[in-house]
Amino acid sequence: MKFADFVCLQAIRSHLEADDKESVIREMVAALVEARKLPEAEHESIVKAIIKREELGSTGIGKGVAVPHTKHPSVEKLVGTVGISVDGVDFNSLDGEKVQLFFLLVSPPDRPGDHLRALENISRQLRDDTFCKFLKQARGSEEIHQLLEEADNNQFVS
Amino acid sequence: MGEPSLTRRVTVVNTQGLHARPADLFVRVANRFAARIEVANGRECVDGKSILGILTLAAEQGTQLVLGATGHDAHDALDALARLIEQGFVTDEAEHATEGTG
Repeated sequence: MKFADFVCLQAIRSHLEADDKESVIREMVAALVEARKLPEAEHESIVKAIIKREELGSTGIGKGVAVPHTKHPSVEKLVGTVGISVDGVDFNSLDGEKVQLFFLLVSPPDRPGDHLRALENISRQLRDDTFCKFLKQARGSEEIHQLLEEADNNQFVS
Repeated sequence: MGEPSLTRRVTVVNTQGLHARPADLFVRVANRFAARIEVANGRECVDGKSILGILTLAAEQGTQLVLGATGHDAHDALDALARLIEQGFVTDEAEHATEGTG
């Protein structure tokens, strides 16, 4: 699975305003609602589900990256977006570091394989430090889009 | 040199596969051991102590994995890790409950 298969370009946020865990999740879900990828009526329920998942264990997987996610019946296919916090946010990461780079995913409950393949793609690309660094330094959503495209074309993974 | 190097074949049984939380658990358990841990799925082989590595395997239910361990506690490490996978990552059940899906 490629970034282009699940990242909604209109919902990319290169400068997250949020400065705590819950508001990052809120801001990114709001971006997907605004881009009409998630129903407005489900906004709160999706935010709550993602927070509940975080309570089971942080999705801050290290290297300043987190993948907050949930399964939710309101989507028929996996949708996701990317957010960058310039200053970083305390996300109770596994390695204790602040998180600057967020991939938020909402997937249909009956498609665990798609969710796994999105995580696979994200983690495969993030193993490349250059990609990781460029993303965190990206100045606008257009630049993020470009980096994701390059990653999709295997320009980072050796 | 002279350290045991063992492998064991396991099958992923939990319905959600090796998603973020099982991967986190796996890595936590692996890191309790001194042995070098590797996990292979037939296509690639990753560091068993790296969550990014484990997630890269995208191991779904039914996937066969080969666990490898090298070091003085290799045997214990494989026991612990194989048990974790074969018992379906106990906490995976909790997630099912919160999702209300089967």
